[in-house]
Amino acid sequence: MSLVFDAVLCLVLLAGALGVVTTGAARPAVIAFIGYGLLLGLAWVRLAAVDVALTEIAIGSGISGVVLLRCVRALPAEPLTPAPNRMLKPLAAVVSITIAAALAAVVLALPEPAPSRAADVAAALPATDLGNPVTGVLLVFRALDTLLEKVVLLLSLVGVWALSRDPACRGRPAPLSPEPAPAPSAFLARVLAPIGVLVGLYLLWAGADHPGGAFQSGAVLAAMGLLLVMGDQIRTPAAESRGLRLLLLAGPFGFLAVGFAGWATAGVFLGYPPGAEKAVIIAVEVAITVSIAVTLGLIVLGPPAGEERP
Amino acid sequence: MSLIADAFTLVFVAAGIAFFAAGTLGLVRLPQTLSRIHALTKADNVGLALIVLGLLPQAANVLEGAKMVAVWLLAQLASGAVAQVMAEAVMAETKATKDAAPPEEGHP
Repeated sequence: MSLVFDAVLCLVLLAGALGVVTTGAARPAVIAFIGYGLLLGLAWVRLAAVDVALTEIAIGSGISGVVLLRCVRALPAEPLTPAPNRMLKPLAAVVSITIAAALAAVVLALPEPAPSRAADVAAALPATDLGNPVTGVLLVFRALDTLLEKVVLLLSLVGVWALSRDPACRGRPAPLSPEPAPAPSAFLARVLAPIGVLVGLYLLWAGADHPGGAFQSGAVLAAMGLLLVMGDQIRTPAAESRGLRLLLLAGPFGFLAVGFAGWATAGVFLGYPPGAEKAVIIAVEVAITVSIAVTLGLIVLGPPAGEERP
Repeated sequence: MSLIADAFTLVFVAAGIAFFAAGTLGLVRLPQTLSRIHALTKADNVGLALIVLGLLPQAANVLEGAKMVAVWLLAQLASGAVAQVMAEAVMAETKATKDAAPPEEGHP
């Protein structure tokens, strides 16, 4: 029975992927992409990778989907002149198919059973006081990857802000809609945002022992912030605010500081002080969650519009 | 006792699936955006309610059941509010296109 479900899910996933690339217009393609991300999340759940499923749905489908929808709205409705090179689409298809085929070949070429460090992680996990091996890998065993990931996220916001007309990136991002928020949006923001913030904080706290963690929690908190902006409950933050910029930097630089302190306390970069691992790990998780939430929200809101004239 | 509970679950979940199928059909086949939203939110509301109701006897404890009911309530909140927002956007759009169109003959 579950085999039938998985087979149907695979077919629907393939159909969804084809739907995304064959839909002619940009907006339907983005909406199809969001739906495809949800299906992909379901596939990750079937593979018992709930952490990945949560991240895929919250970031790959949710936040990225909103960013893409805003891009579509910013595009001119008329087709571009001169038209882009006609070879571009076939070329992109060939490159994508080559990458997919190469990845498939590599996966199929793996020896049986596939090499795995899962047993090492399971053996070393008790030392970290964490119950969720994914969090253990992200924050302890492969902490360097996570640190660099946070820097990449920050760089992507720098990329968005680089589109600002103001070279110093001052002012607030342009409002999402020129009209005041419709009453149902305001109602939804007032009622759902407190519950959503609670869910986000729970995901952060649960991440130590259950699926969840900084990225999922940050995405939910960012979504709640955006909901409040869309419902006209809070204003978009001013980009020159020192507090805002500190929140952006708290995660990557806090993590980096812990990393350097590792030399003093544990004798190795990104080592945690022996005996206080869990407390430091939680502090790092909180800092990167705050930064992820603020960064993701600001990426969706777009570049600051320049200093306000009184 | 468990036989009755299982039968209850089967009947209610099947009914919920029927509502979702009808809602999906409506979403695909109905001609206007407003009626499509109507079909979709009905499926969300009644379909999900029936499925949650059907699954309640299978819950291991009260907390699990409460979580399922909470999921239904949150889905209600989101789908209801989003349907209103979308409907308002549709109304504004149709009004804008009507205003932009040249006035018909016979109108002042």
